[in-house]
Amino acid sequence: MDVEVTLTVDGKKHQLVVDTRTTLLDALRERLGIISPKKGCDHGQCGACTVLLDGRRANSCLALAVAHQEAQIVTAGGLADGEDLHPMQRSFIKHDAFQCGYCTPGQIVSAVAMLREADAGWPSTATRDLNADTVALDDEEIRERMSGNLCRCAAYANIVPAIAEVARG
Amino acid sequence: MTAVGIKTRVIGAPIDRLDGPDKVKGSAPYAFEQSVDRPAYLYPLQATIVTGRITGLDGGAATAEPGVLALLTHANALRLAVSDGLEPAILQSDEVAFCGQFVGGVIAETPEIARHAASLVRVEYEERAHDVVLRPDGPDLFAPEGLADGSEPDTSRGDVDAALASAAVTLDATYSTAMNHNNPMEPHATIAIWTDGGLTLHCASQGVHWIRAYLAPLLGLDAERIRVISPYVGGGFGSKVYLHADLILAVMAARLVAGRPVKLALTRQQMFFQVGYRPPTIQRIRLAADGGRLTAIAHDVVEQTSKVKVVGVLPGLEVCHYAEPAAVPTRTMYAAPNRRTTHRVAALDVPPPTIMRGPGETPGMYALESAMDEMAIACGLDPIEFRIRNEPDVDPESGLPYSSRHLVACLREGARRFGWERRDPTPRSRRDRGWLVGSGVAASTFPTVRLPGSAAKIRIDPGGRYVVSIGAADMGTGARTALAQIAADALGVALEDVELQIGDTALPTASTAGASAGITSWGSAIFEAARRLRARLDADGPGLMQSAGLEVTAEMPDNPHAARFSMHAFGAQFAEVRVREDTGEVRVPRLLGVFDAGRIINPKTARSQLLGGMTMGLSMALHEDSVLDPRFGQVANHDFAEYHIATNADAGAIEAYWLDGEDPYTNPMGSKGIGEIGIVGTAAAIANAVHHATGIRVRDLPITLDKLLR
Repeated sequence: MDVEVTLTVDGKKHQLVVDTRTTLLDALRERLGIISPKKGCDHGQCGACTVLLDGRRANSCLALAVAHQEAQIVTAGGLADGEDLHPMQRSFIKHDAFQCGYCTPGQIVSAVAMLREADAGWPSTATRDLNADTVALDDEEIRERMSGNLCRCAAYANIVPAIAEVARG
Repeated sequence: MTAVGIKTRVIGAPIDRLDGPDKVKGSAPYAFEQSVDRPAYLYPLQATIVTGRITGLDGGAATAEPGVLALLTHANALRLAVSDGLEPAILQSDEVAFCGQFVGGVIAETPEIARHAASLVRVEYEERAHDVVLRPDGPDLFAPEGLADGSEPDTSRGDVDAALASAAVTLDATYSTAMNHNNPMEPHATIAIWTDGGLTLHCASQGVHWIRAYLAPLLGLDAERIRVISPYVGGGFGSKVYLHADLILAVMAARLVAGRPVKLALTRQQMFFQVGYRPPTIQRIRLAADGGRLTAIAHDVVEQTSKVKVVGVLPGLEVCHYAEPAAVPTRTMYAAPNRRTTHRVAALDVPPPTIMRGPGETPGMYALESAMDEMAIACGLDPIEFRIRNEPDVDPESGLPYSSRHLVACLREGARRFGWERRDPTPRSRRDRGWLVGSGVAASTFPTVRLPGSAAKIRIDPGGRYVVSIGAADMGTGARTALAQIAADALGVALEDVELQIGDTALPTASTAGASAGITSWGSAIFEAARRLRARLDADGPGLMQSAGLEVTAEMPDNPHAARFSMHAFGAQFAEVRVREDTGEVRVPRLLGVFDAGRIINPKTARSQLLGGMTMGLSMALHEDSVLDPRFGQVANHDFAEYHIATNADAGAIEAYWLDGEDPYTNPMGSKGIGEIGIVGTAAAIANAVHHATGIRVRDLPITLDKLLR
């Protein structure tokens, strides 16, 4: 069955007709040609497809496009303003926090969202004081909060300082 | 500073990855993301039995689905110029050789239709008995034709048994390693397009030229009629070297809908059946020593292979049983007058294994370096001192001198940085709030390989830039950046004046990204082309702008020193582990490696390669285990939820260092190769640290908590 949906991706509005079985990830990649979110497992196990979905990080492979009518989506491509990269993207380059680059857009979107979550005081299993208003992002917190994004090149030892530098401002 | 042949200015500089901006935005296009017109989508059918034959295939319901374009089966598949029994030779008969083998596919207008229609195809089989279990004493073990690195299966010198019988201290221990799957983050993907002119393939490949070279004879096509394009590769670690069946399936499917591009991306689950893996091994090591010096080393390996042969990557091994060269590092590591290595394989009803990062060295050095730790303790020596006492003057098997070998310096520098002298060698002697704490060391080695068949072209464009082209690959190694640095210094120009083109068979031929040989092979070709171009420019006099259009192509020269020296990278790896006393949980808060890898072309990307290798070694040590179900012949845990690879939270502090300097004989840059040395030895360092922490010697990877609860 086909359904018409409207999605705003990286600030641009798209109207398209999708199969009700189409995931948000496939709608972006195969229908709109937006290749920044990657498909690594299609099962929500690797995080390569992470996008900001109405402001929060989400695995777009686990979302059906038809269920996200009028959604606001931001990909790593949309974090940059053309050639002007987001501070998180600049920090990833500076710290060489990636190798093959396939998990990287998902890592970066996830990192940007994760900083907001910590700012809002959301605890993780690494958080010692669950009643604190804010969370100090030490390395252990960053590692825990970024463990939904797998990196087989294993750039973790560079991803953590790349994020920590942005977190410190 | 000068390298062997040139003044280095850009070589050795920590240049940011040249493709960094595209990768952080996600705009670098990988294979499945190449823009094509009116694509069709292929979803594979996989055998649900282990061995047997297809007796019936009903695709009526599938082809009746609106949007289905074709059903591919063995009845209508393109005939290949080879018969069954070879990994890429799928759909040539009704035979099934392993569970999950491709038996067909559905091509449709959308991926959703293709996948649903594939689920409607009914396949009936006649099953035969199967054997998928690796046993150390299986009846059908045999010596393979050759090992995957081209070396002999067996070597022998002196009298190992006599030395074992007479030595003061001996060790006889058996170690086993698990089946591991490469699992690059980018699943293998292909877009195949048949036109009147031939075949165009966008695919995830570590080497477009070698893929074309293997493919052309299978299809009976001139290589010139095939173009393979792969500018960006989302990791591979070996899985994107060989010609696997998924690419053939896409080629066959595209033939049924000629003119339309057919897209196939494997699912993560399918990756566990189709694209190779590191085979499980059972390794018996026997050591003999007198006065802390080894008198005998024997390393006997039994390992898994498949009844299905692979298209090999080395001359002479074009079609072979894949054989992991696990005992090969033992041939070069330590001095001993009596020595033996053997490899025996069991050809089982399983998918064919192929190479995975550090094939041979990675599982083999887990065993050897665990045994060295056990033997050091048995001799009452510090494990670093024991290794230093057994350092060879020349390569112990070939008798050749080393082009450079600084293992002892790596061990000493690593010990200093790690704080080794503070270690109490007594096992189970340190506790910290419910955790047992220990540390371990292991050595690393990887050969410096020059693969045949690379050429580079350099053209001066009208703007005065140097366009360097070579059909090489960057699967995340940083080759794109490092090769541009080499070109800049070899030409004596700024990095900004170099434009590098890779990943396309339309570019000059290049060897595959494997064996940590990229920089040696491609870099030597670029270096030679630059040398000739400079000679032309010098002969023509100054006036670069007048030189626009000038073009030089050069093949990689032979290394005149190749036969005179044994060439290897070395390293020393240190691990600190914490083992939870009540649960057996293992954490690795610190890994530290010091490497002897010759000249480092780009310290920034090189460090990442080494860190990544060490982390993958941690993952192998503690997590990775493809569990083969003996009843169904398939990996039971075939996805990322159940096949655990190291996550961010699994990695602690990881430090990678290297010794300054260059190797005078390996190549014009003086480099050795860094893609694999980082993973070799890590698992042993962790296993040795676990022993130090707990007093328990785990001889079977991965080290899971059940093995530590006594």
